[in-house]
Amino acid sequence: MTATGVAAAHQAGRLAWPAERLRAKALEIRRDIITLLAKAQSGHSGGPLSCADFGTALFFHELSVDPRDPAWPGRDFWHFSIGHVTPVIYSLMAERGYFPLRDLMKFRAFDGHLQGHPSRQDTPGIEVSAGSLGQGLSVCCGVAMAARMEGHPRRVYCVMGDGEQQEGQIWEAAMFAGHRKLDNLCGIVDYNRKQIDGDVEDICGIRPLADKWRAFRWNVIECEGHDMDAVLAAFAAARAHRGQPSVILAHTVMGRGVSFMADDHRWHGKPPKMPEAEQALAELGTSYAAWSARLLADGGAPHDAAPSRDGGASPGQRPSRDGDAA
Amino acid sequence: MSATIALPEKVEKKKTREGFGRALVALGEADPRIVVLVGDLVESTMTSFFAERFPERFIEVGIAEQNMTGLAAGLAAMGKIPFLATYGAFATCRAADQLRVTVAYSDLNVKIGGAHGGISVGPDGATHQAMEEISIIRSIPNMSMVVPCDYWETYKATIAAARHLGPVYIRFGREDVPVVTAEDTPFTFGKGEVFAEGEDLTIVACGVMVYEALRARETLLVSGIAARVVNLHTLKPLDVALLERCARETGAIVTAEEHQVNGGLGGAVAEAVVRTHPVPMEFIAVMDRFGQSGKPDELMDAFGLRARDIVAAAGRVVGRKRKA
Repeated sequence: MTATGVAAAHQAGRLAWPAERLRAKALEIRRDIITLLAKAQSGHSGGPLSCADFGTALFFHELSVDPRDPAWPGRDFWHFSIGHVTPVIYSLMAERGYFPLRDLMKFRAFDGHLQGHPSRQDTPGIEVSAGSLGQGLSVCCGVAMAARMEGHPRRVYCVMGDGEQQEGQIWEAAMFAGHRKLDNLCGIVDYNRKQIDGDVEDICGIRPLADKWRAFRWNVIECEGHDMDAVLAAFAAARAHRGQPSVILAHTVMGRGVSFMADDHRWHGKPPKMPEAEQALAELGTSYAAWSARLLADGGAPHDAAPSRDGGASPGQRPSRDGDAA
Repeated sequence: MSATIALPEKVEKKKTREGFGRALVALGEADPRIVVLVGDLVESTMTSFFAERFPERFIEVGIAEQNMTGLAAGLAAMGKIPFLATYGAFATCRAADQLRVTVAYSDLNVKIGGAHGGISVGPDGATHQAMEEISIIRSIPNMSMVVPCDYWETYKATIAAARHLGPVYIRFGREDVPVVTAEDTPFTFGKGEVFAEGEDLTIVACGVMVYEALRARETLLVSGIAARVVNLHTLKPLDVALLERCARETGAIVTAEEHQVNGGLGGAVAEAVVRTHPVPMEFIAVMDRFGQSGKPDELMDAFGLRARDIVAAAGRVVGRKRKA
């Protein structure tokens, strides 16, 4: 295949939805998050809600993937270094077609495949396990290096937390990527200014964050992380930038979309109780009964969101050790 | 598997890490997926051979072992077979969490070359004398581990690690050590090798202690004790069947390792045999203390890691066995 052919084939898994459609999907993602947390009565609320908008843009606009064939060789690579935001990761995956929506109702359950933190050996489409903070950017640097060695047009996206910027390994990886000029790599920082114990700036301040990344030889793009047009522009700028890795500092609000969770660090690590979930879902224009019924009704028929490439494995299959569908 | 090893009086010495370095080149020639990463230790891990031959598949990471471990995971996730090389102290202790969560929990095909294992590292002292790797690696699910005994076995273990699907740790040392095996000595990943037969006790050893065990056997023969010597190069998965057979047939065991006594080879062997064949056991190991600077030979003597220490322990277990 010619280089142009490879590049064209690589784009085959991109949805490139317009902003309006992304905004509608992001609302559904938020409903999924609250519903699965209410069902599990365990898990993190705040971070998943702050990631919902740029996460939707990533999955339904940017990424070239085939959810029915998670190991499709042409795929882009995505990884959440913040493993604790599984409610948004799994919602994005299910809505994109990696597995049935009803699986979300077994989040953190013994008889489900959705672990509290992402597990490669349990969930199709999770490529590398995560959960101990600070490790994901190194993984993404390795993926970016592999793509460079092969001349593969793959793009690599790594979602990090702002509190996570306190981990030393982030800066080992940042130094490496800057040194190697890994311009196929795009970091996204969910800059919601909160961590479990309080405000990031009160606990161990990370400001000036943009200057830090620039000092590590990265292209820094700042955007309002809940403004879909701004998020798309940031992704486009990162894609166009050559000679340096890019990091998008997405300014967000922890708990965004639910009035009583917004900007409150106490919602970082706990789920809503059922009455709180009902209030949250009412604010999001639905109810627990209605939305959980929608999730449970989806048993794995092909999604409209899945690309029409043929020959993929069916959703819900466990990946084998080498990453190919079993 | 049995491969009787008879030592000549004068044994050639060679570095185990050179076996690692040479094997990487052979692997690189045969398989384009092989990638090597190193953390600012190209010469001392002997990855220099690979770096010269395959610069496009060699990644100098710098002094960042946690990052290096994650890089290897990313490469493996994309179908590469990455070997990372650094000192064992850093590969296990410093990057333990990265090994546990990113590599092992994901069951990614990452190979770790842990150099400078054991007290025989010498003058660098305690910080650089890795003696905890077996305990750490053995306790992490999905990990495999090989502790080869000499140059040739390190070469073969490195080749075998590439063929095994899943994360593998290879532990080797710094110094020139006796070459006990030959190029054609059998090596099967996951299986111990009986290097010398005997009925009175079994000496189970790994790494450089295999040589000491064979020397101990010669001394014991003079006093009429026939020791079987098992080279247990693969610490995980453990060859439980062989260990049970040795316990049953010889009725006493001495283990010998250049490693902390807690959770090392001795512990692994004890766990394996105690359920079905509890027999008198003695442990030759570093007795829960840090190393120190000194010449390798001085330290091996001072820390009780010599053939004579094995001989004394053998006398004790055989005595207990006969009283029982």
